[in-house]
Amino acid sequence: MALIDLKKKEIYCKIVYYGPGRSGKTTNLLYIYNSLPEKFRGKLLTIETKGERTLFFDLLPLSLGKIKDLDIRLQLYTVPGQSLYKYARKIVLKGVDGIVFVADSLRIRREKNKESLEDLKEHLLEWNIDIHEIPLVFQYNKRDLGEIGIPILTIEELQEDLNRELKAPYFEAVAPKGIGVFETLKTISKMSIRYIVQKYLKYSD
Amino acid sequence: MGIRVLTPEKVSRLEKLLRNYLLSIGVNLALLIDEAGNILVSSGKNADVDVTSLAALAAANFGATNQIARILGEDDFSILYHKGKKDNIHLSKINDDIILVTVFTDEVPLGLVRLKANQLAKQIQEL
Ligand SMILES: Nc1nc2c(ncn2[C@@H]2O[C@H](COP(=O)(O)OP(=O)(O)OP(=O)(O)O)[C@@H](O)[C@H]2O)c(=O)[nH]1
Ligand SMILES: [Mg+2]
Repeated sequence: MALIDLKKKEIYCKIVYYGPGRSGKTTNLLYIYNSLPEKFRGKLLTIETKGERTLFFDLLPLSLGKIKDLDIRLQLYTVPGQSLYKYARKIVLKGVDGIVFVADSLRIRREKNKESLEDLKEHLLEWNIDIHEIPLVFQYNKRDLGEIGIPILTIEELQEDLNRELKAPYFEAVAPKGIGVFETLKTISKMSIRYIVQKYLKYSD
Repeated sequence: MGIRVLTPEKVSRLEKLLRNYLLSIGVNLALLIDEAGNILVSSGKNADVDVTSLAALAAANFGATNQIARILGEDDFSILYHKGKKDNIHLSKINDDIILVTVFTDEVPLGLVRLKANQLAKQIQEL
């Protein structure tokens, strides 16, 4: 649930990076953290296992831009992708305002992507959120692996598997190099803020 | 999915409640947070505490404990308390999606914090 604080003149928006294990969700946040000057970003909080797998969530607070006279505060979260951590994913999704689905382009991860999207739909329903209504962006990550001869899915295949019915915007990405990272972030934040502001205008009528 | 709008009047009223009920008994820091981990209002000494992380972790901690409660067949646990060497933290549910977080030292009796947190919860529910 978004929060608008008219005293501090701030609007808070929670964006969750979702997707199967090892698809590159944490890598997106790390790249964003490392590329932004300090005045735009807060502390990066990570809760991970020894093997660098996310155990509960990562959180990166950003303050980017203004809408009307409100400062925009984005809270970027990632979920743990491993199937074991189903409950943790559900908890992190609570109050979400926008979702980035980071899919793995590796061909052997094809079913994992689909399972993760089903898992997302299921959790959203539990929170009474309609996946067709909430702002959503797909990121097809690890596009670089094709160039070194590892079998990857084509964009058409990824679109057909995940986005045929949802028709959300999508971006190709190589997260460790930053390719597609800010394009994804820009699009989901615009969509989410617009969505919140529309609700707010309805509310204040 | 909705939005919560805090007017300046509401923020001032909530801050005043936190001061009157909790800071007055010696609590160092009191926060009201929502289910998403956002801070609604905060009051007290927080110069060296990273309140953004604290709120996110407290909300997640509460969510995790609620899931544990379900596994055990409880409805939920409405209070969480962690004791440290110096600081103690107490989390209590105000209503379905608001949690009160208080940080205090051993000089403040836990029983008193509980009592005041309950009274405060009633006041906020009436708002
Ligand atoms: N070659 C390549 N490797 C990538 C890319 N994106 C991420 N990786 C690597 O994939 C591994 C997993 O990335 P993470 O960002 O930790 O994955 P995650 O989605 O957070 O995984 P969980 O926390 O388990 O859900 C790391 O070793 C990354 O460096 C990419 O675009 N190309
Ligand atoms: Mg991760």
